[in-house]
Amino acid sequence: MTLTVRNLNFAHARQPTLDGIAAKFEAGKLSVILGPNGAGKSTLLACLAGLLKPDTGTAHLDDEDISSMAPTARAQRIGLLPQGAETHWAITSEALVALGRIPHMRGAGASTDDRRAISSAMSATATEGFANRPVTQLSGGERARVLLARVLAGEPQWILADEPLANLDPGFQLDILDLLRRQAEAGKGVVAVLHDLHHAVRFADHVVLLNAGKLFAQGSVDEVITTSNLAHVYGIDANLFTDEVGATQLFIKGKISS
Amino acid sequence: MKPRSLTSILLLLAVAAFMLSLMAGKVWIWPTSWMADNADGWIFIELRLPRAVLGLCIGAVLGLSGAVMQGYLRNPLADPTVLGVSASAALGGVVAIYLGLNLLPFGLFACAMLGAGASILLLLAISRGGGPIGFILGGMVLSTLAGALTAFVISIAPNPFAASEIINWLMGALTDRLMADVWTALPFMALGALLLFFTGRALDALTLGENGARSLGINLFRLQWIIVIGVGLAVGASVAVSGVVGFVGLIVPHLIRAAYGEQPSRILLPSALGGAILTLTADSLVRLVPGPGEVRLGIAMAVLGAPFFLLLLLRYRKASA
Repeated sequence: MTLTVRNLNFAHARQPTLDGIAAKFEAGKLSVILGPNGAGKSTLLACLAGLLKPDTGTAHLDDEDISSMAPTARAQRIGLLPQGAETHWAITSEALVALGRIPHMRGAGASTDDRRAISSAMSATATEGFANRPVTQLSGGERARVLLARVLAGEPQWILADEPLANLDPGFQLDILDLLRRQAEAGKGVVAVLHDLHHAVRFADHVVLLNAGKLFAQGSVDEVITTSNLAHVYGIDANLFTDEVGATQLFIKGKISS
Repeated sequence: MKPRSLTSILLLLAVAAFMLSLMAGKVWIWPTSWMADNADGWIFIELRLPRAVLGLCIGAVLGLSGAVMQGYLRNPLADPTVLGVSASAALGGVVAIYLGLNLLPFGLFACAMLGAGASILLLLAISRGGGPIGFILGGMVLSTLAGALTAFVISIAPNPFAASEIINWLMGALTDRLMADVWTALPFMALGALLLFFTGRALDALTLGENGARSLGINLFRLQWIIVIGVGLAVGASVAVSGVVGFVGLIVPHLIRAAYGEQPSRILLPSALGGAILTLTADSLVRLVPGPGEVRLGIAMAVLGAPFFLLLLLRYRKASA
């Protein structure tokens, strides 16, 4: 299973533009989209999720054009964790997770399948403990896990996450990354927009680096996150080294003075 | 308490309020004389019954529309008047009275529905693809314009009697309505309410924001159409038959949320029941106030509603402090 983007162009006044993007995401991998602010990361993710229709070029799920899929069929296969962790009403965590079943619901009420998916999503994210608490009373880290459980409850083949770590403390950031990582290991396709390069270095199987709406580089961590690429795209002076257990680590020394 | 037993209680209260509305007034009419062939029986069939049925329906659609609007805009301060449909229907009614069309059968109703229909079309055109913000702004433009035109029509009324008739109608009341009024308004309200009852799942999805809802396969464009047409028909017809009755759509969903929790789909039916209870009760009370004539329902509702809203505000401030 693959998500493939071919020669994708998107231009809109209120959204960063994309210019001739070609990229490929594979199931079973944690793919990370990187790039400076305004590079078009969220725009690309929205095209993959079918929320934005590219001006030219296509985004395909296997051999189906995502923008021409029926919304419900698309929603069953592609789950999106939107940016900003919006929750507008004080509904319980369980009710929020249950929203993830909407693409599967036909009549009124939840089926046994729905209930099973909801409880397994909540146990995967360790959120059963506050199933009956209103989401508005949860801490940021708890809410982030509940929102991720909402996506998992839909049992999509693909999980797209737009800055899932924003506003979380380091411990919770690692919790969420670990959850995404496990989903990828279970065979799902996971694509996340991240800002923290350290996380990308540690967790990504595949990296897509955008710069000013164009694809700058894609491939494995070692191929993409290099001193020269980071200097060029972010204007930072960074060192990559192998630590005492043999893992690649990143150290950002500072901004390159121009 | 379980939602199901809460709903049974609301249902019982609605029946009680309906009975009260059938009985209460300057003359109390007990169920024993409902079928009687005398003045009491006549008052019951010709005056009380249509009034109670209208109170029930109008209250229900206002409560339901309020719950839908608050859910759609994700704003607890929204109400059915936000769309400008009420103001436009009122303008239609006022023009009808000004031109004397209210003397024709269904003249006033038809004009008010034309006003509501025009506002629905304008809203759909203005807010095309704009999302909730375009929707609110479009509604504001319509409300303001219709309000100004209404004031203009009053200002050019040929004589003080015409002006006072218009103002009186605007204040909203259920007095002296006939069964014919009920049968004219009911289909529009029923159709509108039916459409609105189908929005529950989409409103729930909007808890996650617009992108969240769309990623769940919800068609927000279609939702917007359903809401404009549903609220337009239901609220338009209620204004056409009773003038503007405020506050029901704003207050009732708040009360219901306190008991049922905040999930938008769960409060739709209870809000309809709550709206009916509030409207029927208020409309019974206005008949019991001593003195000549009656307090207008629209005024009574505002008098009841404003302090209540203040209370709500204080509670929110306490909760957030």
